[in-house]
Amino acid sequence: MAIGWYLVVSALIFAIGAAGVLVRRSPLVILLCLELMLNAANLALVAFSRMWGGEDGQVFALIVMVVAACEVTVGLGLIVAMHRRRLPIDVDDLRELQG
Amino acid sequence: MAATTFGWLVLLCPIVGTVIIALGYKRLPGRTPGWIATAAIGLSFVCAIVMLVKLLDRPEAHRQLTSSLWNYASSVGVDAKLQILVDPLSVFMVLVVSGVSTLIHLYSVSYMAGDRGYSRFFAYLNYFVFSMLLLLLAGNFLLLIVGWAFVGAASYLLISFWYRRTTATRAGIKAFVINVVGDVGLVLGTFFIFTHTGTLDFLKTFAVAPHVFHHDSTDLVVGCLLLLVGAFAKSAQIPFHTWLPDAMEGPTPVSALIHAATMVTAGVYLIARMHPLFELAPTAADVGAVGGCLTLLIAGTIGLAVTDIKRVIAYSTMSQIGYMIMGVAAGAYSGALFLLMAHAFFKALLFMAAGSLISAMAGNQSLDRMSGFRRALPFTFACFVIGGMALSGLPPFSGWFSKDDILAYLNHRGGGFEIMGIAGYIGAILTAIYTFRMIFRAFFGEPCPEAKELEEGHLAHAEVPTNPQTGEVEDTDVGFPGPEHHIAEREWPMKIAMGALAALATVGGFLQIPGVDDAIRRFLAPSFATSRLAAAAPSTGADWIGLVIGAAIAVTGVAVAYRIWVLAPGTAAVVRERFAPLYRLFVNKWYFDELIDLAIVRPVAWFGQVTDTVLDRDLTTSVTTGGTVSVVDALSAAVRRAQTGFLRYYVALMLLGISGVVIYFLVSS
Repeated sequence: MAIGWYLVVSALIFAIGAAGVLVRRSPLVILLCLELMLNAANLALVAFSRMWGGEDGQVFALIVMVVAACEVTVGLGLIVAMHRRRLPIDVDDLRELQG
Repeated sequence: MAATTFGWLVLLCPIVGTVIIALGYKRLPGRTPGWIATAAIGLSFVCAIVMLVKLLDRPEAHRQLTSSLWNYASSVGVDAKLQILVDPLSVFMVLVVSGVSTLIHLYSVSYMAGDRGYSRFFAYLNYFVFSMLLLLLAGNFLLLIVGWAFVGAASYLLISFWYRRTTATRAGIKAFVINVVGDVGLVLGTFFIFTHTGTLDFLKTFAVAPHVFHHDSTDLVVGCLLLLVGAFAKSAQIPFHTWLPDAMEGPTPVSALIHAATMVTAGVYLIARMHPLFELAPTAADVGAVGGCLTLLIAGTIGLAVTDIKRVIAYSTMSQIGYMIMGVAAGAYSGALFLLMAHAFFKALLFMAAGSLISAMAGNQSLDRMSGFRRALPFTFACFVIGGMALSGLPPFSGWFSKDDILAYLNHRGGGFEIMGIAGYIGAILTAIYTFRMIFRAFFGEPCPEAKELEEGHLAHAEVPTNPQTGEVEDTDVGFPGPEHHIAEREWPMKIAMGALAALATVGGFLQIPGVDDAIRRFLAPSFATSRLAAAAPSTGADWIGLVIGAAIAVTGVAVAYRIWVLAPGTAAVVRERFAPLYRLFVNKWYFDELIDLAIVRPVAWFGQVTDTVLDRDLTTSVTTGGTVSVVDALSAAVRRAQTGFLRYYVALMLLGISGVVIYFLVSS
């Protein structure tokens, strides 16, 4: 099977993730969409790795998973903290860091 | 141990004293700091005596010793060392300075006892003595400049010792600024000489100088004139003298130690030390002699008119240093150094007696208020009279032998110097008149209230302490004079110090009786061995003729003073009326302060104001800095607008940017 299809699927998932990050305002959903984007990248990495017959891409995918896990932990922690402080769970309302 | 080892010890004692007092001021109780300081200087004096003995053990041709502890820099023709020079001249000066300083420290132990800044005072005083000894023992120009600057700093610290008095801080700043002008002169003068000789070492400089400079060469004359600027500023000679009378704002022991006995004679020492250079540059030496001559006349006339007792003595100091400067510049080295020593004795004594008198007046210094203290302060009176007689040059006191030694030399040298000699005699009569004016006004006549009270055993205490210059009300906390006053009659350390100085002022002159012992001239001879001028001393007969003339003049002066202030007390007012313009000139100090204000201070202040408004505010702040600031401001305002704080907006921008980059690379590949 040609590598093209894998990449098409990957691009599709990436675009869905990016669109989700752009349009949704709940930080939880944004995190989920970020995961989608990362996994799209993972899919592309694994596909390329298979194409070249090497294992570098797979190793990379594993590392990305680890990073994603860390990122989710931190992100969820932040969301829980925000909830406890009764801050609005809405990224558009959290805009104090402006110039 | 060698003589130079003791030279280092002489320097070590006062600095150790300073450090101990400065670090331990909280733990040292009562008068301990004073005693530590006195002991430190006393030890220094003992070391100086040992140094003298060791030096005298050596044959006359080998009495110039140098010792170097450390090479600061020794490359490309610079030989900067931590080096001292021990020769008869420096040993003589060290003995005078450390000896008189010991006595003045002893005096201060009592005199300053009521002051809240007691430890600070002695730390400063020891530091001053260290600096002065460093200046005297320095074996090269570098260390000389260091000592010179240290001494100026110590003088500043001590003049402004009562730092909450505005007049005192102002006087301190004035003294420091004028002294720095002198420092600059000294440094530049050193450069002029160093560029030709290539060495900082004194002895090498003097050995090389005749080969690299021809007689009266321009560079040497300029260099020596710049050295003279240094000497004149430090020794309060015209036109750098205005700081000295103001320096009387400091405590009286400071006036005695720094502004009479030691520091102000540094200029005399400098010229004596540099005599091989000045003899090669007679033009510069003549300028120095004329400057000294003018100073002694002008200061003498001002001394006749001012009424603040300490300022009268200050002007007399200027006048006496004028004699010394005139002497050393003309070549009467031993005479000038002899007068320096005698002056240190009798002027320190006069200041101490004046201090006791001022204490009895509860801080008031005006001669107009004092009178009739003769019975109330018998000891102070005796000391003041001895000091006054020595200052006026009455036989057989030390001032007579020494001053007339210089004048005899000047008359012997002839030419223009004879005119200076005559000016010196005019100065001598002025000296006798103003000195005895002080004595007759303060000690004779109807006793003033303070004197009457003291005769009954009550020492006057000011109800409200005030500044004697301005009348401003003060308190007695740190930064102002303390609440207690101390007179010599009741404090034994003051009595011992004054007694010792009175004895020295009386017998000091016998060290050099022409034709009898000539001790100072013979002792100093090795330092001036190469000097042409020192060899051309007048004969013993000429010396004695000079002494007789001097004595006659001094007696005349005293008689005039007696006539004016005792026999016919109204005469002074009549004379003042008769010569009103002249009196105004004298009492306004020849308008030197106003002149300097007009010629230097105001133009500089105006220039400063102009640069402040035009350069600083208009150009720098508005145009240069202001322009840059507004450009950065505008740019950052533009960039700031992009920072909205919307997370999704940032993400969109980022995606757009990355897509742009990716598309660019895809298209270009």
